[in-house]
Amino acid sequence: MVFESLSEKLQNALGKLRSKGKLTEKDVDTALREVRLALLEADVNFRVVKDFVKRVKERAIGSEVMESLTPGQQVIKIVNEELTILMGERESKLNIASTPPTIILMCGLQGAGKTTTAGKLANNLLKQNKRPLLVACDIYRPAAIKQLEVVGERVGVPVFTMGDRNNPVDIAKAAIEYGKKNNNDIIIIDTAGRLHIDDDLMEELENIYSAVNPHEVLLVVDAMTGQDAVNVAETFNDRLEITGVILTKLDGDARGGAALSIRSVTKKPIKFVGMGEKLDQLEPFHPDRMASRILGM
Amino acid sequence: RSYGKIDEELFDDLEEILVTADVGINTTMEIIDRLKNRVKEEKISEPDKVRELLKEEIKKIMEESEGDNKLKIGSSPTVILMVGVNGVGKTTTIGKLSYNFKKQGKKVIIAAGDTFRAAAIEQLEEWSNRSGADFVKHSEGADPAAVIFDGIQAAKARKADVLICDTAGRLHNKKNLMNELSKIFRVVNSEFPEAEKEVLLVLDATTGQNAISQAKVFKEVCDITGVVLTKLDGTAKGGVVIALQSELGLPVKLVGIGEKIDDLQEFNVEDFVEAIFD
Ligand SMILES: Nc1nc2c(ncn2[C@@H]2O[C@H](COP(=O)(O)OP(=O)(O)OP(=O)(O)O)[C@@H](O)[C@H]2O)c(=O)[nH]1
Ligand SMILES: Nc1nc2c(ncn2[C@@H]2O[C@H](COP(=O)(O)OP(=O)(O)OP(=O)(O)O)[C@@H](O)[C@H]2O)c(=O)[nH]1
Ligand SMILES: [K+]
Ligand SMILES: [Mg+2]
Ligand SMILES: [Mg+2]
Repeated sequence: MVFESLSEKLQNALGKLRSKGKLTEKDVDTALREVRLALLEADVNFRVVKDFVKRVKERAIGSEVMESLTPGQQVIKIVNEELTILMGERESKLNIASTPPTIILMCGLQGAGKTTTAGKLANNLLKQNKRPLLVACDIYRPAAIKQLEVVGERVGVPVFTMGDRNNPVDIAKAAIEYGKKNNNDIIIIDTAGRLHIDDDLMEELENIYSAVNPHEVLLVVDAMTGQDAVNVAETFNDRLEITGVILTKLDGDARGGAALSIRSVTKKPIKFVGMGEKLDQLEPFHPDRMASRILGM
Repeated sequence: RSYGKIDEELFDDLEEILVTADVGINTTMEIIDRLKNRVKEEKISEPDKVRELLKEEIKKIMEESEGDNKLKIGSSPTVILMVGVNGVGKTTTIGKLSYNFKKQGKKVIIAAGDTFRAAAIEQLEEWSNRSGADFVKHSEGADPAAVIFDGIQAAKARKADVLICDTAGRLHNKKNLMNELSKIFRVVNSEFPEAEKEVLLVLDATTGQNAISQAKVFKEVCDITGVVLTKLDGTAKGGVVIALQSELGLPVKLVGIGEKIDDLQEFNVEDFVEAIFD
């Protein structure tokens, strides 16, 4: 894909103006218009972009930019800094309980990548000498349990299931008992995909939450998600108090603006990114790389 | 909210509505420009009228391919190839679609062309049980093109009306996976030349601007004939299909509105446009 990078556009816009002498507020507006377009093209939420541009502008019309010899670079620097701050400043790790087992609840919209990511997390933890247990609480999707069983088998992690005739809340509770008895120090609960506006299923998730008191509630989000990411993240966070986000399918070419939208409405860290369908393709999240990716630089 | 007069604020708000519906800022700016021109030329003075004109503009785009919004089913046999990125709803849509065909008394065969994802075959098999369609499968890890080949032979031998082929989810920037799809597409064309063909790109309505990139690449590899827009039962509007229609000439044919077997509808322009402004 040919992409005229934002930094180039800004350099051009501001570099030319530079020869006129001092930058004006209007010049900065012109440059920020490019930033706005880039963020919207990257699927950052409309409102989030609006606030962001306003914040950057406040800094950019400060004298150090207006009078600098390289205003383009200054503006880019500010944009990048602000984005990185918004993305979360450093890598954030999993919360491990001081008294095991650590309980992790996976949640999210349909098809986001919960089941696959549950398997990836288990794989990851297994390699750190933990003893994870996967729990099949999706009783709805055809062959969801089988899918988790296959995933568990591939990574060599046991899978707790009670078939699809039991309530997910009961399954989760029984799984914790089972895990404690079998010395599993990490319990990862896979749940069915659900819409944030599906009241019954959201209530079910709340009930699982109260029944098991998880240490981590991870919202799994597809990196290709558009403007709706804020509604989804906000609702899941309101109802469950999520502890973090996993962004999947970043091996694609989506710019991933959803990452920014979600961070900005939930203030919760992005803990991992999914980089492929294979079960070892889970990576820590790097805020600075994500910021550059969103800007197309 | 009502406006006293037609001003920039009104157009800004309309821009926000479109962008928030994932129409994309470029397409949005084009549409708003056209709208402004019309307002000027037609000397529109009532703000409420502007919104109606905007709806009309979008409808005009979506109706460009009038008649193409329907599946080319009729003369049998028909082959439907379901393609798209991961997790968008391909397999589920096949279940719903075959149920619809069965209800119309058609003989339907489903071929399990996703031999890669964990339990993909079992998932599709459950849908074939629910819909009462015949099922053709190989084991996990088998060559998907070989499964589709067998599906075609079965369709011929059993005189099926419709053969629906599932494929594994794949990101369009994965060269090897797109080559695999191209091979499947070639098998369909060479082994079943007499069949009517529909290649449906399944698109999750929550997807943003990346859908354009998806559609371009899939279209190049396997000649997409239409789009299925899934998960419209959520709060996402799927506005990016406006760009798919206007830039790539890809009509939406079906929409998914839930996880149940009868949650599939034909695309309706009116409903789609109204939903953007809800
Ligand atoms: N390319 C790529 N594909 C992924 C990634 N994570 C998950 N997938 C794929 O996305 C699709 C959906 O993944 P699942 O794990 O079934 O998603 P889910 O959220 O459990 O889906 P439901 O249970 O139906 O809600 C599958 O095809 C996965 O292989 C990723 O990081 N990259
Ligand atoms: N709410 C809603 N969910 C849907 C719809 N269509 C599919 N789903 C759900 O989305 C998830 C993914 O659906 P699949 O049919 O497995 O998607 P796929 O494209 O075959 O996925 P891969 O084969 O892994 O690439 C499942 O949980 C489905 O139940 C829809 O129209 N509305
Ligand atoms: K998705
Ligand atoms: Mg799942
Ligand atoms: Mg599938």
